[in-house]
Amino acid sequence: MTTASRAQGPFRLTDEQQMLRDAVRVLADDRVVPRAAEIDKTGEFPEDMRRLLADHDILALPFPTEHGGLGGELLSICLAVEQLSRACATTGLILAVQELGSLPITLAGTDQQKARWFPKLASGEQLIAFALTEPEAGSDAAAARTTAKRDGDDYVIDGSKRFISQGSVADLVVIFAVTDPEAPRHERLSAFVVEVPTEGFSVTRLEHKMGIRGSPTAELAFSKLRVPAANRLGEEGDGWSIAMRTLDRSRTGIAAQAVGIAQGALEAATAYARDRKQFGQRIGDFQQIGAMLADMDAGTEAARQLLYKACVEIDAGAPDASRWSAMCKLVAGDTAMRVTTDAVQVLGGYGYIDEFPVERMMRDAKITQLYEGTQQIQRLVIARTLLGKAD
Amino acid sequence: MRIVVLTKPVPDPASGGERLLPDGRLDRANSPAVVNGNDEYVLEKALKLIEAAGDGEVILLTMAPDSAPETMRKALAMGATRGVLVTDPQIAGSDTVATTRVLAAALKTLEFDLVFAGVDTSDGTAGVVAPGVAALNGLPYLSYAASIDPDEGARTVRVKRITADGYDVLEAPMPALISGTQALGEPRYPSLKGIMAARSKEITTVSLADLDIDPGSVGLDGATTKVVDSRRPEARGATTVVREAPDEAARQIVALLAERRLI
Repeated sequence: MTTASRAQGPFRLTDEQQMLRDAVRVLADDRVVPRAAEIDKTGEFPEDMRRLLADHDILALPFPTEHGGLGGELLSICLAVEQLSRACATTGLILAVQELGSLPITLAGTDQQKARWFPKLASGEQLIAFALTEPEAGSDAAAARTTAKRDGDDYVIDGSKRFISQGSVADLVVIFAVTDPEAPRHERLSAFVVEVPTEGFSVTRLEHKMGIRGSPTAELAFSKLRVPAANRLGEEGDGWSIAMRTLDRSRTGIAAQAVGIAQGALEAATAYARDRKQFGQRIGDFQQIGAMLADMDAGTEAARQLLYKACVEIDAGAPDASRWSAMCKLVAGDTAMRVTTDAVQVLGGYGYIDEFPVERMMRDAKITQLYEGTQQIQRLVIARTLLGKAD
Repeated sequence: MRIVVLTKPVPDPASGGERLLPDGRLDRANSPAVVNGNDEYVLEKALKLIEAAGDGEVILLTMAPDSAPETMRKALAMGATRGVLVTDPQIAGSDTVATTRVLAAALKTLEFDLVFAGVDTSDGTAGVVAPGVAALNGLPYLSYAASIDPDEGARTVRVKRITADGYDVLEAPMPALISGTQALGEPRYPSLKGIMAARSKEITTVSLADLDIDPGSVGLDGATTKVVDSRRPEARGATTVVREAPDEAARQIVALLAERRLI
C-alpha cells in the first residue's frame, strides 16, 4: 500500500496534516490530559478514552474509506498518536495498537476479510490486538511454539502468548501460530484472526507494569481453539513475513508515542523552569537548566523529523522501509527515555512525586525501548541493511 | 440550495503581528493567515442550512494572493463543497472599490440561491464590499443578520437584522446577499472526517483576464483611496476599565465619580 506524498523537496506538513495535528492536540489538551494521572494510578483500561477516540473518528484513521475509515496515510496516523501520547501514553497506544493489529489484515487480507472486519474497527466499536510474542519467543519471534493444526474447514490452535497489548479488551486477536513445524524457520508460521470471546480462548494473566499502566498487557492461552480457515490471512507459511511487514510499518506508531511522551515531558519541564524561582531568579535562566532544556528540545525535534521522514518514505514504497522503521523507533525510544529522565531532573524533588506528571512520563517512556522489537533488534536490522545479509 | 460564502484570509488577530509596509499595504508575511472571523460564522450558518435541507452546496469565493488555498482548506474542512479563488499579482494593493468589482464579476460566473458575507473583516474593517457586490449584481441586500431563514419553496429568505434597540425582520426574494454577524452561532471545529475529506475538494483559480477586468482599474495604481499615514495611538494615562455586569458596573462607576467629587 503506497500513498504518494504531496510534500516535495524541503519537508513540510500539508495544510490538512497541520489541521489534523492541531485538532487532535486540542482534543488531547481538553479531554485526555485531565484523565492521564488517574488512568496511571488506577491501572484501568480507559473505556472513556476509547469512546472519545471512536467518537472523533480518530480510530478510523488507519482504515480505507470504502470500509468506513478515513484513509489516513502513515504520517497522519502518527501525528494523532504523537498528540495523544503527549497527554497520555496509554491513550496514544489505543490508536497505535488499532493500527498494529489491523496491519496484517491490510497487508495480507482478502477484500472479503477487509469488508468483514474493518467497518467495526474503523468505527471503534471493536478493538484488535496483535499476538506474536510468547514466553519463549520474544526477540526470537520465529521460535514461536503455538500450533495451528488443520482439521477439515478449521484450524485448531493450542499454545499461549505473552505481553499482548490490549489482549484482554480486544474483540479480534491476530494470532501467529506454527502450521508447519518441518518448514524452514521463516515459513513455519501462519496468521489467523480470532474473534473473541470464543471456546478455548482465555486470558490467564494481566501484567503489573512500570508504565503505560492503563493499557492491559495480557497472557493468552489457547486450548483446542477452533478458527475457520476463512480467518487465515494469506497462505500457510506467510505468518513470519506478515509479522515483519507489519512491524516495518507499525514501528513508526511506537516512535510517534515516544516523540509524544518526550514532548509532554519537555513542556512540563519548561513550564516548571519558568515558574520555579531559586536564588532570586527563575531556574530556567541558570545555564545548567537551560542547556538541559535545549538538549531536550533539539533531541525531541530530531526524533520527530526522522519519524515524519520515515513515514513518508515507507508510504512511498521505499525499498529500505525496514531501515527507516527501525531507525525512527530506535532514535525516538532512546530520546524519550533521555528527555523524560532529564525532565525529572529539572523538577528536582518535585519530579520524583506523583503530584507532577514527569515521573509517570519517565516510567511510560521505558516501554518504547522494549516493545515492537527491543532497541537491540532495531540495531540488528539497521546493521544488516548497512552490511548486507550474511552469505 | 447553493450558497456562496465570501471569505477572506486575514492576518491572525491573535498573533498581534498586523503591520503595514512602507507603501501603506498590509504586510501579509508578518503573521499567519486565518479565515476572517465573521466569515466563519456565516459559513457555519450556510453549512447548517444545507445539512438541514439534506443536500446543497456551499461554495467559497475569495479574492486573495495565491497562498490563499492554505486558509481556504480550513473552510473546506469545516464542510464547504468547493472554493473559487480569484488571484492575480496585479490585484495587490486593491482598495475596497476594486475588491467589490472583482468579487462581483466572479460572482456573476456562479449559480447560487444565496450569498453570505461577514459584516466586515478584522484587517480592513470597512464593511462595504458585501453591499457593494450586492449593488453591482442587482441583488437584494440584507445586513447584520442575527438569523437567516430561507424558504426554498417560496423562493424567499427572511432575516432578523440587528438594530440599536432590538431587531427588524426583513424578507427578500432569492437570490439575495446577506451579511451576517456572530449572533448566527459558533462555528464548528473541523472534524477529522472533514479534514481528511478536504484533501480532495477542489479550489478553482480565476485570473483578472478570466473575468475580463482591466488590470489598470485594480491594484495600487487603480486605487481610489490611498493610505497616507499610519500611527500607533499614544499610550494614555492610567485607565480603569469596568467590565462587570450592569449592577456591579454601575456601583463601581458611581464610586469612581464620587471619589473624584464629580457627583
